[in-house]
Amino acid sequence: MFDTLQDRLAATFKSLRGKGRITEADIDETAREIRRALLEADVNLAVVKDFVAAVKERARGAELHGALNPAQQIVKIVNDELVTILGGETRTIRYAKRPPTVIMLAGLQGAGKTTLAGKLAVWFKGQGHSPLLVAADLQRPNAVNQLQVVGQRAGVHVFAPEPGNASSNDDLDRPRGNPVEVAKNSITEAERRLYDVVIVDTAGRLGIDAELMQQAADIRDAVRPDEVLFVVDAMIGQDAVNTANAFAEGVGFDGVVLTKLDGDARGGAALSIARVTGKPIMFASNGEGQRDFDVFHPDRMASRILGMGDMLTLIEQA
Amino acid sequence: NALGRGLLLLLSRDQIDEQTWEDFEDTLITADLGVGPTTELVDTLRTRFRVEGVADAGRAREILRSELLALLDPSMDRTIRADRTDTPAVIMVVGVNGTGKTTTVGKLARVLVAEDKDVLLGAADTFRAAAAEQLQTWGDRVGVPTVRGAEGSDPASVAFEAVKAGIEGEVDVVLIDTAGRLHTKTGLMDELGKVKRVIERQAPVGEVLLVLDATTGQNGLTQARIFREVVDVTGIVLTKLDGSAKGGIVVQVQRELGVPVKLVGLGEGVDDLAPFDATVFVDALLETA
Ligand SMILES: Nc1nc2c(ncn2[C@@H]2O[C@H](COP(=O)(O)OP(=O)(O)OP(=O)(O)O)[C@@H](O)[C@H]2O)c(=O)[nH]1
Ligand SMILES: Nc1nc2c(ncn2[C@@H]2O[C@H](COP(=O)(O)OP(=O)(O)OP(=O)(O)O)[C@@H](O)[C@H]2O)c(=O)[nH]1
Ligand SMILES: [Mg+2]
Ligand SMILES: [Mg+2]
Repeated sequence: MFDTLQDRLAATFKSLRGKGRITEADIDETAREIRRALLEADVNLAVVKDFVAAVKERARGAELHGALNPAQQIVKIVNDELVTILGGETRTIRYAKRPPTVIMLAGLQGAGKTTLAGKLAVWFKGQGHSPLLVAADLQRPNAVNQLQVVGQRAGVHVFAPEPGNASSNDDLDRPRGNPVEVAKNSITEAERRLYDVVIVDTAGRLGIDAELMQQAADIRDAVRPDEVLFVVDAMIGQDAVNTANAFAEGVGFDGVVLTKLDGDARGGAALSIARVTGKPIMFASNGEGQRDFDVFHPDRMASRILGMGDMLTLIEQA
Repeated sequence: NALGRGLLLLLSRDQIDEQTWEDFEDTLITADLGVGPTTELVDTLRTRFRVEGVADAGRAREILRSELLALLDPSMDRTIRADRTDTPAVIMVVGVNGTGKTTTVGKLARVLVAEDKDVLLGAADTFRAAAAEQLQTWGDRVGVPTVRGAEGSDPASVAFEAVKAGIEGEVDVVLIDTAGRLHTKTGLMDELGKVKRVIERQAPVGEVLLVLDATTGQNGLTQARIFREVVDVTGIVLTKLDGSAKGGIVVQVQRELGVPVKLVGLGEGVDDLAPFDATVFVDALLETA
């Protein structure tokens, strides 16, 4: 699929080669290919439409540029637009004026929150901070246990006063403990023991689950986070926008973390979410190991979404 | 939901114009059906409407629904092979990270227990933090034993031990949970193939269920292709259908690979597993979300 897409775009651009001007028909033809490429990359349809319209607009108004032929110009416009949206406001963690800095993780089930908690812990530790992990997922079977193992591997302390949903419970159908209480008490614990970063792991929840969304809002109010990070799987399809909007409304978030980027999903969700919520994508998670973690690179993501290893190669071919 | 609206529009306008068709196409794409299958479906419909001179809305709707259903081939065999022969029936559950494999094993065990079957779980995810504990909690919850190995031990040997215990204990079904792995990681995919081969030294693996998350987009097809190559997938479980995602990618998966969707996951509770019903699935696609 990767090759055919690249070939298809390359073919379109080739047909534009040598022309002195971009005609309306050229723009339409290219726009169709770009639309298809974005949809195959799982960019949300509404976002694709907006995006393609913007590209067409800019392509029409494009001044003939001495150094670039028309095809190169369109490629450049597409790339620029993508990078602008993806990189809108690049920034890293905002630290609290008075420690601890509190980071809360939220997202759908299985997105990679608990794994990310471990990665963040290692990352902060590497920068000389002293992080505390908080086990506020009392719902998924053995989530607390999982976070404890993660903490052990990262060499950081885990605040886990409640066992949550585990075999040691008397009543296996009713998880023990209150996640809001756990979250609240973790702040006191951090202040007392001088942890300067607190990372709160929460249960996965669906965008349409009003009750659990309220619980997330309650956890947020209890810890007053400096950063709420929305954790999302790079393989997500058209639903990315619904879900991102639901979390934006339900808990609100300050930044996005894209996970499982070590696979071959194009990750169009990055574009959809950045465009719709206007929140920056801050980190990329790309593996199961605790160091498989990086700050987000908008330019790399742009060529990944378009399925082109290197946009510049294409410009040269054009 | 755009699809529902698109259909209503499509059927209420006197003339089915270009805009209507585009709306319809859009709504299918929004359900993750994919550009290819959507274009094909719309083309088929256009032809049928023209050839048959479809004018009334009732008939148009019938055709739409039947074409969507045809894509899902309701005649496929979707039963779970869980009958004991000389050896226990062995079911392996595979898929990429976080899709709901362990949860599905737990819920499926519950269903089998309700059918009076003797079930045993094998925790062949020896990699992820607390994966075996998670499976064991599910086992405790539905009242079946779990065979575990040490963390970091060889998953194939845990699977082997589990099936061995199943044979010795003369159970009906052994359910093997495996670690999540991205289909792009050849080392991990080889490991999965080995787990299956090692099990088959003692008993055939009658069912390999690939768990796909309903939120997954176009990557789901690639996942299914590669898992099928490696372990010969016999059925799909589509999880997290209780959310807002429609899981449209399974249409392509089923059609291209001929592997039927057998079960759907509808929540995190013990009873939130149901047989896949093509009609229900199509109606959900057509319904307002
Ligand atoms: N390949 C890969 N796997 C990942 C990545 N991040 C997380 N995972 C895996 O994805 C699965 C789910 O990760 P978790 O951290 O448990 O996800 P979660 O969001 O905490 O899940 P819930 O608490 O159940 O909602 C695990 O198998 C992780 O090892 C990543 O960047 N790449
Ligand atoms: N809403 C909903 N959540 C589900 C469903 N199935 C599983 N989950 C949740 O999804 C998350 C991941 O489920 P697991 O069963 O741990 O997934 P897995 O595939 O075993 O994950 P790894 O072993 O880490 O690859 C958990 O929070 C589950 O409770 C479902 O059908 N609906
Ligand atoms: Mg978790
Ligand atoms: Mg699992």
